[in-house]
Amino acid sequence: MVNNKAGMTLIVKTITRLTVGLIMLFGIYIVFHGHLSPGGGFAGGVIVALSFVHLMLVFGKDFAMAKISRNLASNLESVGALMFLFVALLGFLGGSFFHNVIAKGKPFDLFSSGTIILSNISIGLKVGVGLFAIFLALVVLEMAKKE
Amino acid sequence: MSLYLLCFLLFCIGLYGVLRKRNIVKIIVGLGIMEYAMNLFFVLLGYRTHGRSPIEASNQQILNMVDPVPQALVLTSIVIGLAVTALFISIAIRIYEKYGTFDITKIKKLKG
Amino acid sequence: MGKEFILSLMVIIPLGTAFVISLFGKYLRNFCDKAIMVSSFLLLALSLYCRFLLTNTAGTLVYKVGGWNPPFGICMVLDGLSCFMLVTVNIVAFLIALYSLKYMEQYTDKPKFFTLFSLMVCGMNGVILTGDIFNLFVFVEIASIASYALVAFGTEAEELEASFKYAIMGSIASIFIFIGIALLYGFTSTLNMADMAKILTVKDSFRLVPFVAVLFLMGFGIKAALVPFHAWLADAHPSAPASISAMLSGLLIKTLGVYSLVRIFFNVFNAGQVHTVYLKVFMFLGALSIIVGVILAISQWDLKRLLAYHSVSQVGYIILGIGLGTPLGILGGLYHLFNHSIFKSLLFLNSGAVDYSAGTRDLKETGGLAKVMPVTYGTSLFASMSIAGVPPFNGFFSKFLIILACAQAGHIGYGICAVIGSILTLSSFMKVQKFVFLGELKEKFKKVKEVPFSMQISMIILAVVCLLGGLMFVSPLKFFLQDAVNVVTGGMSYSNAVLGGGK
Repeated sequence: MVNNKAGMTLIVKTITRLTVGLIMLFGIYIVFHGHLSPGGGFAGGVIVALSFVHLMLVFGKDFAMAKISRNLASNLESVGALMFLFVALLGFLGGSFFHNVIAKGKPFDLFSSGTIILSNISIGLKVGVGLFAIFLALVVLEMAKKE
Repeated sequence: MSLYLLCFLLFCIGLYGVLRKRNIVKIIVGLGIMEYAMNLFFVLLGYRTHGRSPIEASNQQILNMVDPVPQALVLTSIVIGLAVTALFISIAIRIYEKYGTFDITKIKKLKG
Repeated sequence: MGKEFILSLMVIIPLGTAFVISLFGKYLRNFCDKAIMVSSFLLLALSLYCRFLLTNTAGTLVYKVGGWNPPFGICMVLDGLSCFMLVTVNIVAFLIALYSLKYMEQYTDKPKFFTLFSLMVCGMNGVILTGDIFNLFVFVEIASIASYALVAFGTEAEELEASFKYAIMGSIASIFIFIGIALLYGFTSTLNMADMAKILTVKDSFRLVPFVAVLFLMGFGIKAALVPFHAWLADAHPSAPASISAMLSGLLIKTLGVYSLVRIFFNVFNAGQVHTVYLKVFMFLGALSIIVGVILAISQWDLKRLLAYHSVSQVGYIILGIGLGTPLGILGGLYHLFNHSIFKSLLFLNSGAVDYSAGTRDLKETGGLAKVMPVTYGTSLFASMSIAGVPPFNGFFSKFLIILACAQAGHIGYGICAVIGSILTLSSFMKVQKFVFLGELKEKFKKVKEVPFSMQISMIILAVVCLLGGLMFVSPLKFFLQDAVNVVTGGMSYSNAVLGGGK
C-alpha cells in the first residue's frame, strides 16, 4: 500500500482496499454454509483464493507475498489435506471411515450437520491456499523467465 | 433433445481444437471445452421437467427436485479438471522456456 | 468394528503419507525416507494380511464407507481379483520405494517425489479396492495426475514434451471414461458396480452397452496402451526417472487399464457370458499389440525406449489371455500380469542402474558392463530370460499357458502371433544383453562402480521373485491366482457377493 509504483492506479487500489475484505468474508460465509446452501468447501475456497489473487493483481507480487508466502501456502495446503483426512478418520470412533460421529443438531442451524462442516472448512483451507499457491507458482515461473 | 445436440456440438468444437490447433495453449483450451461439454451433458442427464434445485428449505415443501447426484459428481469432475488444467499450464510455461515456442510442430525432440 | 476396516487403511496410509511428507519433508532431514519406507512396508504387510483374511472368510469382503449400505453408499470390495492386484501392486511399490531412496538423490527434490509417489500408490490401491464406478474414475485421475507430474519430474525438454503428450492423451481418455459413466448412470440410476450389473441384466440394455463399451475400450485402452492407442507410452515411460518408469510400466498401465477393463467388462457387462463379442475385440487388440509392440521395440537403440515398447507387447499378452474367456486363458493372462509387473519393473530398475553408474543408456555406447556391475548384470539376465520366456523362469509358464489356451480354444492364429512375439522378444533381449553387459569393456567405463546397496537389494529380491514366480502355478500357491480367475469367470457372481455381503 505504501509503494505507489507497484501495481495498478490509485482508483483501483482504493476500491480494492474496500472490497477485498468483503470478498474474502463472502468466501468464508460460503465455506461455513456449505451444508445449508449451494457452495461448500471448494466454491468458498476458490473465492478466498480469488481475493488473494485480486490483492496480488492490484498491489503487485511483493505485497501479496508478504501476506502469505509460497512456503506457508504450500504448508497450509498440506495441513488442509491432513485435516480432511483426520475428520474422515474421526469416523472410526463411530465404527467406519467417514462415519458422521458428531451430533447432528437441529436442521438448518449453522452447526447442524456433524462432521460435514469440519470437512468443508478443511477443504476450504486446502482449496483456498492451494489455488493461490498454484497462481503464485505460475507467476514466479513467469518472472524467473523474464529475468 | 436439442440441448443434447448443442452439448455434442460443444464437445466437437473442443475436439476440433485439440486435434487441429497447433498452439499448445489452444489445445489446452480445447480440452477445457471438451471437459465442460461433458460436465454439461451429465448435469442435463439429471434434469427433470420443471424440477427445482435439490436444496432443502425450512419453510416450504419441495416436490419436484432434479437429481442431485450428477451435480455432486460434476463438481468432483470440475475439481479434477482444475488440477489437470493447472498442471497443463505449468508444463506449457516450462515448454516455452525450453523450446521458445508454443507450436507443437516445432516441439519434436522425441522420435522413434 | 469388523476386520474390513483394513481396506480403508490401504487408501488412508498412502494419502496420509503423501501430505505428511509434503508438510515435514522440507524441514526434517531423512524424514521422507523413513516415512515412505514405513508406509510402503505397512502397505505390503497389510496387503498380505488381506490375502490371509480372504482365505479365512472364503468369499468377498465388503467395507461400507461411512456406514452406508452398498447400493446407496460407497463401498470397498476385496475379492480374489482385487486381492491379487493389491498384493502385486504393493510388492512392487515397496521394492521401488526402496530403490528410489538412493536413486533419487541425483534429482533435487526428494520430498516432492515421494509425495507424488505416495499419491500414485493411493490412486492405484483405490482403483483396485473401490466398488463404486465414479470412485474408480476419481482414483484413476489421482493416479494419472500424479504420473503426469512424475513423468515431467526432471523438467528437461524431452521430459516436458513427453509429459505434455501423455497428459493430453490421458485427459482425453478420462473424458471418454467420464461420458461412459454418465451414460451408465443415466440408464441405471446407480453408481455401485454390483448394483449396476444387476440392473443391466434386468433392463433391456442391448442398445446402450455397445456404445458405452466402446467408450470404455477407448478410455481404458489409452490408459493400458493397447495398440491403436499406444503412441504416448514410448515417450512417457522412458522420460520419467527409472523408478517411475518401473512404476508406470509395471503397475500403472495394468491397474488403470487392464484391471479396470476386466472389472467393468467381465463383472459389470458380463462379457464372459452375454456380450461375448467384446472378447473377440480384446483378443484382436491383444494380438495386434503383441506383434506391433515387439516390432517397434526391436529397432530401438535407447534401452528404456526398447523396454517401453516391450510393455506394449506384453500387455497384449495379458489382454489376449483374458480375452480368450476360458478359465485357462484368464489364468494365463492374470499370471502374466503378475509376472510382467515383476520382470518389467526389474528391467527398468536395471536400466536405471546402468544410467546411474555409466551415465548413458544408449545401446551403441555401452558395452562390457558385466565385469564392473555384476549384480545388475545377474538380475537383468534373470529378467531378460523371464520376459523372453526361457523355461525355469516365470515368464515361460504364463506365456506357455496363454499359447496353450489359444490352441485349446481353437484360435490357432492368435497362438502363432503369441509364439512369434515371444521369439522376437527373445532376440531383442539378446541384443540388450550383448550391447550392454557383454563384449569388450570400454575404456571410459573402467572406473564404473556397482550401484549402492539398497538399489542392489531391491533388484535382487525382484530377481528372486522372478525365479520363484514359476512356483505360483503349483498347487500350494495356486489359490492366489485361482481366486482371481474365479472372480473373472464368475461374471455376475461378483454382483451377488457384494450386494449379499452388504447386509
